[in-house]
Amino acid sequence: MQTDKLPQVGTEIDGFQLLEKIHEGGMAAIYRVAKAGIDLPLIMKVPKLGFGNHPACYVGFDVEQMIMEKLTGPHVPAFVAKGDMAEQPYLVIEYIDGPSLHDYLDRGPASIEQIALWGKALADALHDLHRQNVVHLDIKPANVLFRPDGTAVIIDFGLARHAHLPDLIEETFHKPVGTSAYISPEQILSIRCDPRSDIFALGVILYQLATGRLPFGAPTSLSGFRKRLYLEPTPPHAIRADIPPWLQEVILHCLEVRADARYASAAQVAFDLVHHEQVALTARAHRLNKAGLLTIIRRWYKTWSFAAKPCPEPSQHLSSAPHILVALDIPNADEKLLQALRELVRRAVAADAHCRITCCTVEAPSILTEEDQTHELANSLHTQRLIEMRHWAQALALRAEQIRFQVLDGSDTAQALLDFARTHHVDQIIIGARGSSVMRRILGSVSTKVAAGALCNVTVVRVPQAQAN
Amino acid sequence: MKLAILSDIHSNLEALQACLAHAKAQGAEQFAFAGDLVGYGADPVACIEIVSGLVRQGALAVQGNHDAAAVSGLCETMEFNARESIYWTRAQLGPAERQFLQDLPLFAQQEDIFLVHACAESPELWTYITGPRQAGRCMQAAQARLTFSGHVHQPTVYFNLQQGRGRPQVFYPTPGVALPLLSNRQWLAIVGSVGQPRDGNPAASYAICDRRQNTLTYFRIPYDRAKAAQKVLAAGLPPSLAKRLERGH
Repeated sequence: MQTDKLPQVGTEIDGFQLLEKIHEGGMAAIYRVAKAGIDLPLIMKVPKLGFGNHPACYVGFDVEQMIMEKLTGPHVPAFVAKGDMAEQPYLVIEYIDGPSLHDYLDRGPASIEQIALWGKALADALHDLHRQNVVHLDIKPANVLFRPDGTAVIIDFGLARHAHLPDLIEETFHKPVGTSAYISPEQILSIRCDPRSDIFALGVILYQLATGRLPFGAPTSLSGFRKRLYLEPTPPHAIRADIPPWLQEVILHCLEVRADARYASAAQVAFDLVHHEQVALTARAHRLNKAGLLTIIRRWYKTWSFAAKPCPEPSQHLSSAPHILVALDIPNADEKLLQALRELVRRAVAADAHCRITCCTVEAPSILTEEDQTHELANSLHTQRLIEMRHWAQALALRAEQIRFQVLDGSDTAQALLDFARTHHVDQIIIGARGSSVMRRILGSVSTKVAAGALCNVTVVRVPQAQAN
Repeated sequence: MKLAILSDIHSNLEALQACLAHAKAQGAEQFAFAGDLVGYGADPVACIEIVSGLVRQGALAVQGNHDAAAVSGLCETMEFNARESIYWTRAQLGPAERQFLQDLPLFAQQEDIFLVHACAESPELWTYITGPRQAGRCMQAAQARLTFSGHVHQPTVYFNLQQGRGRPQVFYPTPGVALPLLSNRQWLAIVGSVGQPRDGNPAASYAICDRRQNTLTYFRIPYDRAKAAQKVLAAGLPPSLAKRLERGH
């Protein structure tokens, strides 16, 4: 059935012309290929299968074939074709030319802004994977490529897990698999279903980008792996002085040992990386030293009772951590409507404990011409809007990490809200309907436009009116 | 080509019709019946009529323990409800239906597919496949890449490395998600029950194997349970059999 001979450049497999071999490793060879009628640049991955090879050698290939076929969207290479194991096994996917995060790391220390942008791009990509019920489980800089527009693309799904497909990796290995520097504590305990494992790896990458060091080194033994269950990394700020508290907070929040203590979704990490002024700083943000010996011993002792919990599907997990956008127009809304909005948010928070609320208002650009004056006025208006929203939210008594406030600029209120919702993976928009029919007639209905244009759920809140005769 | 595999219909006409209509809408052109056409339910004759019609057009069908009991032999080893419904079923069947059930083979093979009601290792013993050990023995005996069976009313997939190396793994399929049947592995798919689901989900269960794409997709089909249950009561069958249809366990 299978041979250990790799196909020759210049030959053709199922209509794919083999143009050039660009890589040959221990497990597989990669070719540039082309096929008439397909415009994308393509690569073909061919596993090396030879006599005497353990099935484990091609299980990663099987997994990648199965999962790539199910994935869609800009954050993975497009799936094109696959060849059957029984004849000529291969996988043809889109070729991503862009540099990898690994290439960027080689260039030396990057600015804080740049790290945040890369991190946000990777978090966006992870969120998209998790939405599709896939946990990657081998996120590392070499597996993150960038498209020319800055979109991150995740490659190499050989160790990944799809919630609706059999886990061939678990079947084959019966021991933790992954890349030692990036593997999460639960993966070390052979738990292979938690999307927050990828968030841990994202934390390792952010740490590495920020400090140039690996937080847990690259151990080679199981006992070396286990150290991350009780030893914490040196706080990034202690290594690089210009790392701000918010970035340290984000990184260490991703690197929490217990998955429950990490960010609930990659979308939340993405948001915090670009709105750092709103990151809720905890003790993590200012830590400069590692824990003392006693704490470490206590933690070490606890690792032995670290038990695997059944994981929900990634998409189910995400639905318990929704990002809810509350559109507020406080100066023009009456108290009853504001109260009704608050009630709805209160119920949403009660339903999903991991949810993240962002209160948003849209400010039209000022019409004043004097530049300085405009700037100052706009700033004070922004501040005023923020103060109003905080005041509105006070009665909800939410924890600091649950709520964010945002003033958006834009002359088209609905469009500004829709853009924000798309960029920040909003799952639900809560918006009040304009009460006065005169206003609605003149200005049009924002809520109608939002409801029509949104990619997520939209809830339009109205104050019950007495019925007109 | 799409092959729909249905098992454990158990004289439930409403469930059978709903599954067949769904399968046809999905583009299924071939059918395989993994046994237990009768027993428990109130429509043995109508169900046999439908299945025998499809068999005449080329569908595969094998015998299940309830089918065997309905035509001959003793059924004292069966539990009370099963036995009662077999006695009732015997009285309903005419010579043609009896002959059809009698003539069903214990297993069938077609290309790389092995179809059996219970277990390929001694099919006549009606062994329940309840874990990887029995699944492994079944796959080894079947010597086929794909084995489809029923008997256990819980949709389950077992898969193993080729030539039965290693211990089979168990996988519980998600309805509607196509499972790639990797060709370097052996697969045993228990397709669940059309007419008497017992996994807590009262919807009928069956599967479609897409031979071109080499995938297997399970489906759960809601059907008129109230009507089927009503018929069970009207026929004078044990009332718990009607309740079971409503509860799905």
